Amino acid sequence: MSPLDNPSATQAAALRSDLALIAGMVEPGARVLDIGCSDGALLDHLARHRQVVGRGMELSQRNVNACVARGLSVIQGDADTDLGDYPSDAFDYAILSLTLQATRDPRQVLEQMARIGRHAIVSFPNFGHWRVRLHLAFRGRMPVTDSIPEAWYETPNIHFCTIRDFTDLCHACGMEIEETLVLGGDRLQSGLGGGRLANLLGEKAIFRLKKD
Amino acid sequence: MLDCGVELGPFTLAYQTYGRLNADKSNAILVCHALTGDQFVAETHPVTGKPGWWSLMVGPGLALDTDRYFVICINVLGGCMGTTGPKSINPASGEPWALDLPVITLGDMVRAQKLLIDHLGIDKLFCVTGGSMGGMQVLQWAASYPEKVFAAIPIATAARHTAQNIAFHEVGRQAIMADLDWCGGRYLAEGRNPDRGLAVARMTAHITYLSEPALHRKFGRRLQDRKGLTFGFDADFQVESYLRHQGASFVQRFDANSYLYITRAMDYFDLAEEFGGKLANAFRSTPVRFCVISFSSDWLFPTAENRDVVHALNAAAADVSFVEIESDAGHDAFLLDEPEFRDTLCGFLNGCAEHRGLSFP
Repeated sequence: MSPLDNPSATQAAALRSDLALIAGMVEPGARVLDIGCSDGALLDHLARHRQVVGRGMELSQRNVNACVARGLSVIQGDADTDLGDYPSDAFDYAILSLTLQATRDPRQVLEQMARIGRHAIVSFPNFGHWRVRLHLAFRGRMPVTDSIPEAWYETPNIHFCTIRDFTDLCHACGMEIEETLVLGGDRLQSGLGGGRLANLLGEKAIFRLKKD
Repeated sequence: MLDCGVELGPFTLAYQTYGRLNADKSNAILVCHALTGDQFVAETHPVTGKPGWWSLMVGPGLALDTDRYFVICINVLGGCMGTTGPKSINPASGEPWALDLPVITLGDMVRAQKLLIDHLGIDKLFCVTGGSMGGMQVLQWAASYPEKVFAAIPIATAARHTAQNIAFHEVGRQAIMADLDWCGGRYLAEGRNPDRGLAVARMTAHITYLSEPALHRKFGRRLQDRKGLTFGFDADFQVESYLRHQGASFVQRFDANSYLYITRAMDYFDLAEEFGGKLANAFRSTPVRFCVISFSSDWLFPTAENRDVVHALNAAAADVSFVEIESDAGHDAFLLDEPEFRDTLCGFLNGCAEHRGLSFP
């Protein structure tokens, strides 16, 4: 079937680029927990195109209701407090997209994800991006960029990190980095690896992790 | 055999159905009614002449669309609308059972319903749903017969009756039993009826179904057909008049002893206890898809109680959705047609129908 024959193709095209990259990391037919699933776009895509058995957790009740109304299995919950309810190894993938920086205890969230899922997929805005560095270096102010849009006093993002910081945390938590993708703007920046260059040029990063 | 160890039989179950059962009998939805509900979900009530208690949700084109689904509702064991209950005749004595009827539990009610579902030749219910005590039955169904239930929607409910709720029930029961016309439960044989006691029980309970904002919005401190206070104990306030009316109309359609039996069944409900004290064990490796729904202003079955069910389902790695609907209508919100509530029901049912492979004309 060509993409044009597929009634869901337009939805697939509309999937945000970082979510599309995450979707590409998920094995078809897997069991997935999307933590902070927002309006359910990724879960819906995974269910339709990769036949996953998906569950979602979302802080905003409004978003939860929208997800359930579109037929997704989603509960209202807080990544900081409610992941403890899930049994160990209940999922193949625990996904946290652009949410880690808004959690109170990112390390504990990451450890919970490692416990719940065989793999963890985490994406976050990279505070090591050159634009962020310039912002702070030359303006002497907290950066406000496309991927970090709110001013410091109103941002829900309370735990920013760089790609190198996150790599350290993964090692500290005993997690193996299986794959790192780096985005500049909305595009995948290939060939940057996951090191210093990626940390300078990547606006967002996506890590696929596994327990060591 | 009832949970209390006594055998009851033969017994009668009264039920109503709406819509048509499809050829492979895969489109049946069992609606479980609440404490004072009955099987007349979506039609004019034969006693009160009022619309069915969930007529806003069940019917052609509604959330529980009877053009698609075959909806069944069964009067619970211990009830008073045709199913065997304390006002039914005890074959041993030829008189109404009254308090000689063994105490009924939620488990007994659901086991009885299962017999009827089997009798109808339905191997697997597409969905079991209900609010309040109906939600308790939903949880009991999912725990007792997980392979017989495809989807479950427990609404405004809890996996156990709280101390506060037992306390309110006890006030209601004491009001009934303090009425001299109750006659130790033998009022039917004596040709009397504990109307005043039952009305007080209903008035108390009715307050718990609402919320302060709802009462304020509906009545405030407005006076009933008068310009000023009467400095007496007549119903000066609209809210008093409303409650008196609720009590008076309730006694026309409900049996006082049934009220005792069914409130007791709810008090005894503690699903976790049945499964070694751990609620998650009740849902261990359950194939059932759950959608738990609560209402923000419900203080009788608050969101926290519903969320406990969700936590247990998560711990059992069950497929669960959880929605809290914003509403100021209190516990009774589940009887109303809140748009968000309807969207949740429709979305969840549509998703389940897709997974179940149900297709509709």
